[in-house]
Formats: sequence, C-alpha cells, structure tokens
Amino acid sequence: MATIKGMNLTLKIWRQKDANSKGKIETYKVKDISDHMSFLEMMDVLNEQLISENKEPVAFDHDCREGICGSCSLHINGEPHGPDRGVTTCQLHMRKFNSGDTIYIEPFRAKAFPVIKDLVVDRSAFDRIIQSGGFVSVNTSGNTQDANALPIPKADADKAFDAATCIGCGACVASCKNASAMLFVSAKVSQLSLLPQGQVEREERVLNMVSQMDDEGFGNCTNTGACEVECPKGISLENIARMNREFLKATIHKEE
Amino acid sequence: MALDSKCPTGPIDKQWTNHKNNINVVNPANKRLIDVIVVGTGLAGGSAAASLAELGYKVKSFCFQDSPRRAHSIAAQGGINAAKNYQNDGDSVYRLFYDTVKGGDYRARESNVYRLAEVSTNIIDQCVAQGVPFAREYGGLLDNRSFGGVLVSRTFYAKGQTGQQLLLGAYSAMSRQIGKGKIEMFNRHEMLELVIVEGKARGIIARNLVTGEIQRHSAHAVVLATGGYGNVFFLSTNAMGSNVTASWRAHRKGAFFANPCYTQIHPTCIPRSGDYQSKLTLMSESLRNDGRIWVPKSIENVEAIRTGKKKPTELTEEERDYYLERRYPSFGNLVPRDVASRAAKERCDAGFGVNETGEAVYLDFSAAILRYGKEVATVEGISNPSENKIKALGEKVIENKYGNLFQMYEKITDDNPYKTPMQIYPAVHYTMGGLWVDYNLMTSIAGCYAAGEANFSDHGANRLGASALMQGLADGYFVLPYTIGDYLANDIRTGPISTDSIEFDEAENAVQKRLEQLINNNGTKSVDYFHKQLGKVMWEKCGMARNEKDLKSAIIEIQQIREDFEKNVKVPGGMFEFNPELEKAARVADFIELGELFAHDALHREESCGGHFRDESQTKEGEAKRDDNNFAFVSAWEFGSNPSEPNLHKEALKFSNIELKQRSYK
Repeated sequence: MATIKGMNLTLKIWRQKDANSKGKIETYKVKDISDHMSFLEMMDVLNEQLISENKEPVAFDHDCREGICGSCSLHINGEPHGPDRGVTTCQLHMRKFNSGDTIYIEPFRAKAFPVIKDLVVDRSAFDRIIQSGGFVSVNTSGNTQDANALPIPKADADKAFDAATCIGCGACVASCKNASAMLFVSAKVSQLSLLPQGQVEREERVLNMVSQMDDEGFGNCTNTGACEVECPKGISLENIARMNREFLKATIHKEE
Repeated sequence: MALDSKCPTGPIDKQWTNHKNNINVVNPANKRLIDVIVVGTGLAGGSAAASLAELGYKVKSFCFQDSPRRAHSIAAQGGINAAKNYQNDGDSVYRLFYDTVKGGDYRARESNVYRLAEVSTNIIDQCVAQGVPFAREYGGLLDNRSFGGVLVSRTFYAKGQTGQQLLLGAYSAMSRQIGKGKIEMFNRHEMLELVIVEGKARGIIARNLVTGEIQRHSAHAVVLATGGYGNVFFLSTNAMGSNVTASWRAHRKGAFFANPCYTQIHPTCIPRSGDYQSKLTLMSESLRNDGRIWVPKSIENVEAIRTGKKKPTELTEEERDYYLERRYPSFGNLVPRDVASRAAKERCDAGFGVNETGEAVYLDFSAAILRYGKEVATVEGISNPSENKIKALGEKVIENKYGNLFQMYEKITDDNPYKTPMQIYPAVHYTMGGLWVDYNLMTSIAGCYAAGEANFSDHGANRLGASALMQGLADGYFVLPYTIGDYLANDIRTGPISTDSIEFDEAENAVQKRLEQLINNNGTKSVDYFHKQLGKVMWEKCGMARNEKDLKSAIIEIQQIREDFEKNVKVPGGMFEFNPELEKAARVADFIELGELFAHDALHREESCGGHFRDESQTKEGEAKRDDNNFAFVSAWEFGSNPSEPNLHKEALKFSNIELKQRSYK
C-alpha cells in the first residue's frame, strides 16, 4: 500500500450560519492529502487550516467514525455518503478521489431535515417516528419470560436482524427525489413484525408510525430504489413492500 | 471522609436479595413528585432513564449527540455475557462471578461482581422481550459463542453488531417513555457542571449545543452514565465526542475518582497510518480464534518488508516468530487482552514492527484458510484438490465467520486480508477506572450516581470481553432503579428543587466564565494541537508499560501542557451559537486535568495488575506481578486544592469467596 502524498483538492462546501440564514457554496483548497485519510480526516485538515487562517471551521456531524452511530451525513458529489458503496462518510477514504478533483460537499437535503449550521442537519423527525410506535410495550422489569421460552425460526430472526441494522443516518431520505423516509420506517416496522414479540401491537404500530412520518413532512415512495443503493447498511427495498402490506392489512382491520 | 462501600454482609448469593428487601422504597404516588436527571444515553443511561420513567419518576435525559440512539455503546461488536447455561457446559452465576474477579486481576469488589453475574440472566430475557434480534440456532433457540479467557460459551451476540442491537433496544424503551411524556429528552445538550445544594446533588448546568444557551436543570438526584475517558489518549477506539467532562465536573465537586490508571488496551486494532489519524478502529477479539499473530524473526526481513522489497507472504515458516505461541504455549493466540497487547509492544519496541511507523504486527489467517479448505475438500469428496482450490474453499469458510470484519478492514487499509496478513496493533479501548461508587452506585456526593463505564465498580484492573454491555445494562435496568429509591425515599416531601438559588447562580457563573475564557483567549494553537500533545505523553509514558521515571516526567509534561493550553489555545466562533470547537476545548481542558491524576495514580500503584503494568513489578519471565500485601485496595482520589495535589483515600478489598492467585497463561 504505497502512500501517494500530495493529493490536491478543490472543495466546494455549503456554508450556512444557522437555520434562518441563507446558505451558499464556498470554495476551499487543501493540499498534501494522503490517500489513506478518511474523508472526515480530510475535513479535519481543512478545519485546522481554517482555524490557523482565523476563519470559522466547517461544522459537520460525526462521532464514532467507524460506520455504526449514524451521525455523519454528508452529501458528496451528489450522493449521500459519497461515491463508495456500503459505507458511511466516515468510512469513505480519499483513495476514492484523484489529485486535482473538485469535490462538492453539501448537507442532506430534505424539508424534514432542516439545516442547523453548514453541513449539520436536524434529524429529530426520525426520533419522533420511533417514539410514535417503534418499540414493544414491555416494561424493563426483568420479570419477562425466559428468553428461550419462545423459539423463533432462524430465518425470521435473521431477517429481523437485517432490518434492525439500520443506523438512522437519513441517507435514504437524502437520496430520494421525494425525500421519503419509507426505508427507515419500514426497517423498524419489519424488524418488529417479523418477531413474535412484536405481534401484539403490530397493526397499531404501523398505523402510528406511518401517520407520524406523514406529519413530519416526508414524501411518498415511488419505488425508484435510490434509497437501497445509497443505504450504507444495505437495507432492502423488500422492507418497504412488507410495510405496505402491513399498512394495508392494518387499515382494513381498522375499518372493519 | 471515610469510604463506606455499603456492601451487604452475609452469604454472597443472598446479599442482593436481602439488600433489596431492606432498603427504602418510594410509593408510586410519590414517585410522580420526584425528578431524576440522567446524563448520557448509552446502554447504562438509556436503560436507566427508561426504567426510572416506567417506575414513575419524572426523568430528564441528556445527550450531546443529535439523538439518544448514537451513544458509543452502539459500536460494541462481540457480544454480551450472561450466566444462562443454555449450552449446559457447566456455567453458573458463581462461575461468571469467579471469571470476572479473576479476569479483573483481583481488584474488583466481590459483592458488586456477584450481583452483576446474578442479574445477567434477566438482561437476556428483557432484551428478547423488547425484540432484540440475537443470533439463533436452527432450532429457534438462542446461540452462544465463547469469548476471551473463559472456559464456557456464555456470550450472546447479534453478528458483529451486538452493541447496536442492545442500544437500539434501550433506545426504543426510552422512546416509548418519551412518547408518553415520562422522559423529557434533551438532545444536543451537554452537562458542564454539577449543582450541589446543602451537600446533595440537586441539578446540572447544561449547554444547548445548537443555540449555546446555558441552562439550569434541577432534580432530586443526578445519574451520570457518561461513559469512559479513553480519549485522554487522543487516539482510541472511542467515539470522537466521548469525554470525561461530566465525571470530571462531579469529581471537582467532591466525587472521588477511583483507579484512573486502569485502562484496557485492546490488542487487535487497525494500526495508525499517519499523523492526521483521528481515531482507531477495533477488529473483534473473535478473530484471534483463527488468526495467528507473528512478526519476522530477523531484522533484515523487517527492513525488507518495510521498504517493500519483500511481501509478508514470501517469508517461510522458519522466518516467522509466532511470539504468542512461543511465549504462552497453552493459551497461544488466545491469551487475555492485556497480555496480548504487552507482547505486541515488546516485539515492536525491539524493532520488529512491520509497517512504516514500526507499530504493527501480523494477524495471519493463511493457516486457518488452508485447514478449513482441506476440511471442506474432504467433506465434499474432492480428490487431489489444487492449492488454489483449497484456498478458495477455505476463504469461503473464513468469509462466513468474519466477512463483515474483513470488509471493514479492507475499506480502511485497501489491503485484502484473505490474501495478505492483517496488520494490527493495540489501542486504548475501555477504561475500568471511573467515579467511585458504593454498592448502591452512589458516588461520594449524596444523590449523585454513576452507572456503566463511568463508574469503577465491576471490572477491577482488566475487563473481560463481552462484559461491558452486561454491566451497562445491569446497572441501568436492574440495579440503579432499585437502589436510588433508598435515597429518594427521604425526598418525598421536598417538593420541586428551585433553580433560583445561590448554588445555581454560582454554578452557572462558573460555566459562563470558563467558556468566556476559552472564547476570548485569542491564542495561536488549535484545540486538537493540545489534545494530540496530551495523547502523545499519555501513550508513551502512561500506556502499556509504565515506570516511575516516565510517570514523574509525564506529570510535569502534562502540567506544562495545561499551562500552554490556558495561555495559547485558540477557539474560533462565539459562545451563543453552534460551536464544535468550543465543545472540544472544554472537554480537552478536563482531559488534561484527568491525565495528570491518571499519572499520579499509576505512579502510586507500585504493582502490576491487569491493564496496569509497572516495569518495576514483573516476574523473571516478564509477566505482570501483583502485590496483594500492599495494594489490594481501590485508590479513590479526592480533588485537592488544584489538579496537581489530589488526596488519596483507600478502600480495602476483601476476598472471602475467592482465593487470590497469580494469573498464569503459560
């Protein structure tokens, strides 16, 4: 793994003082970027440079830097989490770029994700959707039945797990032309409807979560599938199909 | 002030039950009149907030992240231990208790550890009921795997994302209470001061990280579940935002800090690749089941590899030094974390590190690939398979076991670990030390509790794999919700705590002043500059091996960094706006003070135990040597008149159920 020193890049970055200000793209140059750097380490280099020039550093969300917390959220050259597949921005490495490149860096764009500052957006709409029903209503008393009292077919458990690996980053919303949150919501609906523990509240859950999703201002799904392509965790579109079935059934039962 | 651990007496297996039977309970109608603040929303904080709200308390929950779902518990990979004995391999509460005390090198409190083992089984029941999708066998029952340094299979897991699944379980339990209005959630808020009124913790000062507003929040009790302080080393496997500030502010107000020098340095992390590096990534301990660790035997080959003249795959078996297998024939590559880490350091210090920085060893899967490949070929009846065929079959087996980790490695390093050995090196991962707490998890400040990694109580000087998740959830779901009632029972007539008091005024002013100083300092060096300086001293002088001379010089160097920071730190932007640099500056200021205490503690403990290795205290073979006659105690430090003059209090550790032995893995 030979290190190519000296990658020089032009960065076009969205700057916005706060939620109420108008934003615009600013141009910056960074030099001597190693191809081993992660994308966010390149942003660290830019920020150190800005601080030394008495300019304000660029604000962006990040925390675990290993692709699991879901904090990082950049729209890079028109794609959430950038050009690589199956990774979050913090796992994207500079070897995916070439010296001389111009890189456009913007916040996730959606009506339901208002900008807080620069590249930081407010994704609390996702929390409110979970609060509307993304749980099993069991108290944490520890007096539940034994964990092995209820066998669960391995295939169901595995499918539930696959849906549950969603990190709530919002790339699905950012990639969707309708800014739909269907992939996110359907992942939670699927996880719990595939497991016996989720059966009791199955119908109420999907109705409440979909209603909250609509209230938050997310768009509808028109099956273009961009969300599945951009999802860093490979959450499948099948979940959306499952949620649609769940929603339909629950709606019919409710009307009965 | 005398340290009273409040540990119950009597037979150890009855202590927790008897304790619960005899402590005060708050009746449900009165719980509605009581406010509890929970800071942090990881496994401990999230589960505590959910449980306290279910019991009926009015809970205010705080996290600095944009959502409670993002706390760093989410990054835990391997699994969670529980004494379920589903495999019928002889596991029991006692065995889990014994393994944990021994693994911690006999520096944990017996009563606390026994309770942890006892409630471990409830955790699994609880999580399954919440819809946590643990791995299952084809019969539909829960699967287990084995983990470092124990003889039974008691680890429950959800592929390599166990922490994520457990945290999302706690987050969903919290979300349910937030939806009901029982928890008031404060995202993007950071606690910057603890408020003490008449000797009791009665609230916090928090900063709204979006607007910069400084806020007062009062409560009858404050729970700190704010994680560990591994980022004092700058580079660690912790999240970028993980910090010691909440614990440190409590410490400065009178909470004792216990065993700060007990740090876990995990042997298998991806090595540092350059000065720009911002954090380190763990490769799960489970890889050591199939990977063999080695460095070249000769310096010539080390040079050839570093300069790219030779590839590691070109070295013959005779040219390789499988140093763990050489030094520890019985445990081999599966020695505990502290032992494996020190052995890697020993080889790299001797000049055998295999990358440009000289800090990397190989973790090689080629033998396992061939072995599995041959097995599959036999099973499938392939006669005279070519070596390439065997490798292809073997790689498939490895992919099924560790595919996601191999992919993660390749994304970061651009090397294919199926074809060439992984490079790994130890990295700071977990801190066993933390706020001193009694059996009720109360710190030395009345009404201030600490849970999860933030407290010191259960892991002694070294934590076993898959035990952090267990402790976080045990504290939050099953311990704290009971024990806090014993204290709050005296507060049912108190009424709401006013924030309009001189104590809140003072605390808010102190925060305001601290932040103004940072903003108006107009220095010349960025916050990261100081954090990296601190990290370098910590890693080189308070890292995997420590000695008197280095620790003494570390103390002086850290004092110099503190002075330099105060004079020369530069924080751009303003106070009343979203300002990540200001957040970092306040955290690094506290890390610098903690770093010095860390060095004092390591200097004072003139023995080796678990993750704390003193060069002066080792056996002839270079192994850690404990000194039970002089150091079988918890070091609980009280903040003195300034950060350089801490006062030591000792809590003696008594072992009545387990015999003290020197650990051996030969």
